[in-house]
Amino acid sequence: MQIEFEMTDDIMIVNLDGELDHHYSSVIREEIDKTIDTFHTKHLIFNFEKVSFMDSSGIGVIMGRYNKISQLGGKLLITGCSEYIDRILEMAGIYTIATRMKNVADSIALIEGDNIEKGAKSENEQ
Amino acid sequence: MNNNDKDNIQNKMKLQFSNRSENESFARVAVAAFIAPLDPTVEELTEIKTAVSEAVSNAIIHAYGENENEMVTVECLIEKDRRVVIIVTDNGIGIEDVELAREPLYTSKPDEERSGMGFTVMESFMDKLEVESTPGVGTRVIMIKKLDLAYEF
Ligand SMILES: Nc1ncnc2c1ncn2[C@@H]1O[C@H](COP(=O)(O)OP(=O)(O)OP(=O)(O)O)[C@@H](O)[C@H]1O
Ligand SMILES: [Mg+2]
Repeated sequence: MQIEFEMTDDIMIVNLDGELDHHYSSVIREEIDKTIDTFHTKHLIFNFEKVSFMDSSGIGVIMGRYNKISQLGGKLLITGCSEYIDRILEMAGIYTIATRMKNVADSIALIEGDNIEKGAKSENEQ
Repeated sequence: MNNNDKDNIQNKMKLQFSNRSENESFARVAVAAFIAPLDPTVEELTEIKTAVSEAVSNAIIHAYGENENEMVTVECLIEKDRRVVIIVTDNGIGIEDVELAREPLYTSKPDEERSGMGFTVMESFMDKLEVESTPGVGTRVIMIKKLDLAYEF
């Protein structure tokens, strides 16, 4: 399992690559949390496009990150899931806490759209 | 196991490995390779691999408290009519209340970010799931899936 981060403003995109099981979940969890803290990330986009395998350990990773970022009012978005990973996430009710998106670009647009709405005033003030 | 069962079994294997988390992928890949001659669909293969991963990681996480000196056993039987039987056995702490353990979202380790969805995933990806457990003795998880008929040429 490999992990790669992309940042834009207060958004972090987590690109996962490979098999997400119990063995890899602890490293993945630590890496994400460390990066969130370092970059003061508010919103998280999980990109599952290159995840070839996932079991319930992946659910735990997503739920745990949701708990972390939702405390600061951040959003959790998920994109790129295969039909089979979607089934597992649906089973666990993940889409009640996270938004399922078509792609990364749409995910960023959604968060930025919200930011503009909320931040319109403060931007005018600048 | 009676004679009838023996006649039913066309192929079988038994693996035993250390209670280490890197063996989770070994176990699911080994089972996938073993049933490959049946020519399962990609979907069936993924479902079986996921179920194996759930049962094996439960043994590693819960049964033995990640003690790497213990051993986990995975057996796979291929029976008549494309029935695949997978048995995952540990000699760990066992489960007090199997019915409760099988409930969706039940976990005894919420602080370790477990979601309590393992048994639910096994149940929905396989046709049948049986859990036999004795506290202090161990747990045996039996999963059965009948593969769809392959195209014959
Ligand atoms: N082999 C086992 N030995 C002892 N206890 C087990 C075993 N397998 C499962 N359990 C118990 O059953 C509970 C439910 O298991 P299940 O796989 O559904 O969820 P989990 O492992 O806690 O979380 P997840 O699989 O979603 O990461 C576990 O929390 C544990 O208490
Ligand atoms: Mg489990």
